[in-house]
Amino acid sequence: MSASVDESGAANVGPARRYSAENLRRALRTRPALMLVGFAGTLAAWYISVELLKLPRFRELPGLTAVVREWISTDPVYGVSLFTPEYYKHIAASIVRVAIAFTLSTGLGVPLGLLLGWSKRLREYIFPVFETLRPIPALAWVPLAILMFRGTETPVIFLTFLASFYATTLNTMLGVQSIDPTYIRAAQCLGAGDRQIFFHVILPGSLKYIFSGLQLSIGVAWFSLVAAEMISGEYGLGYLINAGYTMTAYPTIIIGMVTLGVVGYATSALVGWIGKRLMAWRSDEMSDAN
Amino acid sequence: MQASFHDKPRGHLVLNDVVKIYDSDGGDILAVDRCSLDIPAGEICMIVGPSGCGKTTLLNAVAGFHSITWGTISLDGRELCSSQQPQATPGPDRVVVFQNGALFPWKTIMDNLTFGPLVQNTLTKAVAAERARELLAQAGLNGCEDLYPAQISSGMRRRAEIARALMNDPSVLLLDEPYRALDALTRSVMHEALLQMHALNPVTILFITHDIEEAVFLGHRVIVMSARPCRPKLVVDVDIPFPRDKRVLTTSRYRHLVRQSLDAVHEEAAISFSAGEREGE
Repeated sequence: MSASVDESGAANVGPARRYSAENLRRALRTRPALMLVGFAGTLAAWYISVELLKLPRFRELPGLTAVVREWISTDPVYGVSLFTPEYYKHIAASIVRVAIAFTLSTGLGVPLGLLLGWSKRLREYIFPVFETLRPIPALAWVPLAILMFRGTETPVIFLTFLASFYATTLNTMLGVQSIDPTYIRAAQCLGAGDRQIFFHVILPGSLKYIFSGLQLSIGVAWFSLVAAEMISGEYGLGYLINAGYTMTAYPTIIIGMVTLGVVGYATSALVGWIGKRLMAWRSDEMSDAN
Repeated sequence: MQASFHDKPRGHLVLNDVVKIYDSDGGDILAVDRCSLDIPAGEICMIVGPSGCGKTTLLNAVAGFHSITWGTISLDGRELCSSQQPQATPGPDRVVVFQNGALFPWKTIMDNLTFGPLVQNTLTKAVAAERARELLAQAGLNGCEDLYPAQISSGMRRRAEIARALMNDPSVLLLDEPYRALDALTRSVMHEALLQMHALNPVTILFITHDIEEAVFLGHRVIVMSARPCRPKLVVDVDIPFPRDKRVLTTSRYRHLVRQSLDAVHEEAAISFSAGEREGE
């Protein structure tokens, strides 16, 4: 009786694993292809609606060919292309601001989130304030940021920091709360004190949430950076887009937007990659069906 | 081997008139009623009872996760908790092996095993690693040192968790239905592995289960608990000599003891069923 149960069990495990491995391989094979189709479709829609059909709402927009021509030109009409140092100055300015803001928000948000998750008391003090401030968008902070900080750099960095700080803190706190209390009991049984539980259970146990928070946080950092750069600043992709509008350099707007998308995606992927490296122990969880 | 570490055997666990009353919205619930147990050092004591009878409450009180309302629990003459000091402090002298497994998924098997001795600062890293390899070999887990828990089977994880508990040289192992989620064949392999490890490391084991055959196969004694409130209803001395292996399962003595315990448990299960008790402590 028990032998037959096991045989059927073993028979179930084998093919299931093989199928999932095969699916994975198939997905890897087709993913780049699907991605290209997605991009090509988007570009085609743009080209058709702006340049081919000249649809009413799209008539004023720069077309695909105009943008590409401007982007790869060695002598761009509106002054910004792949071959002008100006272009890279804008990218670098934005990256530096996001890097500073992201470092600050991680450095402050992760410890604060860990403490909020760990101490119920602290959570009761801070969390309501936190939840009241969180829905206020970065743009609403612009006047205060300008009043508080001098110059053009610091207000922009402050605004960029703000939203990503909320995301990091909140996700870290949720990460701590998501930890199965059995692990904490097990650590107590094995003689660990509070400090050791914090570093050996709480921190690694919430890593998954921390990193999904960081990926979210770098996304919203770009989001509020552009808003801030449109208001103040001399360089940066947000500034470039806004300047493109005021100076009617329409292709430049699109160049700025697409660059922003690519750079933002790259930074988010980088954070995700670091997270995966740090959580090697999770990589085999797929096969943990039993 | 282990016994040479100490002059006299450790792990004499005594529960004296333990009472546990839960506060709940619908009034107080008497979960454990004047429960007394005397478990000598090195015994494998199996606690069997209907679901929700309060067995786990008892184990959690010994571990120090729950308080008791009345009575005393002591280990080798040292009082762990009493009505004055209702909750014991969890510690490495009473290690729990949890129902769903609690190896830290972010640590390798080796780091899981050495965690206890290293945080307690009782062994150096090298000595702890050596002891870990010894226990892993006993558990049939050679070569798993650098794997993460998710990379080994659930049966292997259970054995690794018992090895992790034994790393602390505990007086008592508290097992809370550790094999509940395993299939029948894996479970029977686990039983023999547990008995082998106990023969090499003769600690006291308090083992909670509702599988009567498991209880009779593993235990020196089987204690059948009554339906809520929980208290010993029947004590079965399992006079089958150790070492035991699966051939025991076909002997008439084994079948007789199983039937005897089964009758007692069924009576209680019927009571708890008609009282509308549900699982969930």
